[in-house]
Amino acid sequence: MNNASPSPARQAYLLSVRRQKRQVHLWQAALLLGLLALWELSCRVGLSDGFLTSCPSRMAATFLNLCRSGDLWRHIGVSCGETVIGFLSGTALGTVVAICMWWSGKLARILDPYLVVLNALPKTALGPIFIVWMGAGQGAIIVMTLAISLIVTILNMYQGFLSTDGEKIRLMRSLGASRWQILWLLVFPANAPTLFATLKVNVGLSWVGVIMGEFLVSQAGLGYLIVYGSQVFNMDLVMTSIVILAAAAVVMYRLVLWVEKFLNRFWGKGL
Amino acid sequence: MIHLRGASFVYQAPDGEVEALRRVDMDIAPGEFCSVVGPSGCGKSTLLSVISGLEPLTAGTAEVDGAPVCGPSEKIGFMPQRDQLFPWRTIRDNVTLGLTVTKKRTPEALVYADTLLRRYGLWEFAGKRPSQLSGGMRQRCALIRTMATNPKILLLDEPFSALDFQTRLSVSSDISRIIRQEGKTALLVTHDISEAISLSDRIFVLSARPAVVKSVHDLTALQGLSPLERRDTEAFHTYFQAIWKELDHHE
Ligand SMILES: Nc1ncnc2c1ncn2[C@@H]1O[C@H](COP(=O)(O)OP(=O)(O)OP(=O)(O)O)[C@@H](O)[C@H]1O
Ligand SMILES: [Mg+2]
Repeated sequence: MNNASPSPARQAYLLSVRRQKRQVHLWQAALLLGLLALWELSCRVGLSDGFLTSCPSRMAATFLNLCRSGDLWRHIGVSCGETVIGFLSGTALGTVVAICMWWSGKLARILDPYLVVLNALPKTALGPIFIVWMGAGQGAIIVMTLAISLIVTILNMYQGFLSTDGEKIRLMRSLGASRWQILWLLVFPANAPTLFATLKVNVGLSWVGVIMGEFLVSQAGLGYLIVYGSQVFNMDLVMTSIVILAAAAVVMYRLVLWVEKFLNRFWGKGL
Repeated sequence: MIHLRGASFVYQAPDGEVEALRRVDMDIAPGEFCSVVGPSGCGKSTLLSVISGLEPLTAGTAEVDGAPVCGPSEKIGFMPQRDQLFPWRTIRDNVTLGLTVTKKRTPEALVYADTLLRRYGLWEFAGKRPSQLSGGMRQRCALIRTMATNPKILLLDEPFSALDFQTRLSVSSDISRIIRQEGKTALLVTHDISEAISLSDRIFVLSARPAVVKSVHDLTALQGLSPLERRDTEAFHTYFQAIWKELDHHE
């Protein structure tokens, strides 16, 4: 299979795969450009009102303005900061609670109904409570973000811990391992994939929390820009902020994937 | 080396008691390689758990190397079903898992582990991950992990059950050769009668649950033959027929 020169059939196959891939990319780009062109055109010829629907050229201008005033990076930085703090603390705290539940089956049974209720409850409903308690500022936004990712983390991680191979636990016990050792040498590393899966979910959830929070209270951030834009009827600002938000969310998700890949290389393929 | 007298064990489950072992008597001499066969779910794994001190006997006594069993002991190495190597550890770190757990990562112990890796052809894979090894090599690695703490007794719970037939033949004879070469006492649980006959000195046949020792077969006629040679003998088939008949009676 690792011959210096693959067979003609293989070459043809590889070529067709590559061609198909290129075609998909081409179509994706074409679709994007087409939609943008359509948008721009409909605005130019007066089919749609640029004041209400904005258009690519107006968004580009808004973007440049934001860049020039230096506000852009401040808003992106604020939102990203809140998101990162939110999902990291939510994941960390949730993992700690899940560890405690794994440690004490009794605690797990006691907490079970509370988790069911909290999981079903839309956490954004708690926003006003956090604002009253924490004050109308970043604190409330971060706590809300944390609340959103916390419950999912607890449930996912606890489930993962429970599904650790019983035969591996038997092996550890036969070596005379303490509960701590079983946790740190087996249960926790065995659930690194669960942790990363949860982290990926939490990145998305945290953006929901941050934007929701910024809608309610904020002086800066992408959510603030969106709400502010809509209040002053500046749809260009609203649309531009949403595009920036999408880009920031994707970049952050990619970053988590990249960290996972890096650690996988470090720990080996097994993870 | 291993002495069970009237060993009984009952699981307390939410929906009632499960009697797994009933008055099991068993004596295994130092250096002996014994097998346990029995119908599935009869209590074979429970027997190993009891000997390795993971579960306390409900009644009767268990003695290992002259001392009563109370909790896991370093005299016993346990080899579980499938290899159960930790995929995130390197081969060397897997092999020294027991040393890490018992906090005995002394230079001598590490040298011994490396010696075993070298002696059994895994040295060049020491830095690799289990996923990069073949099934047979993984099994050998699992055995070395069990031996790295230098136990006198090895308990093997259907270690080959996940392997395909071809691999199984070679791996099982490979593993048994290593165990004999290292002079260990071994107790192997298997549901494969022919595997038991080809590897052991004696075979304990257990009944359906609750397990009692139905009979003991002394494989004197096969002494000194290799596992593969054994499969070619007349005695092999005689033993097989006898054990098969005993297991075939479904009450
Ligand atoms: N923790 C437990 N609680 C209750 N019953 C159990 C428990 N563990 C095992 N049993 C029951 O005890 C009996 C013996 O179990 P054991 O695992 O020792 O059997 P086995 O001979 O090893 O089976 P197999 O051939 O499937 O490996 C089985 O009927 C099993 O259902
Ligand atoms: Mg079993």
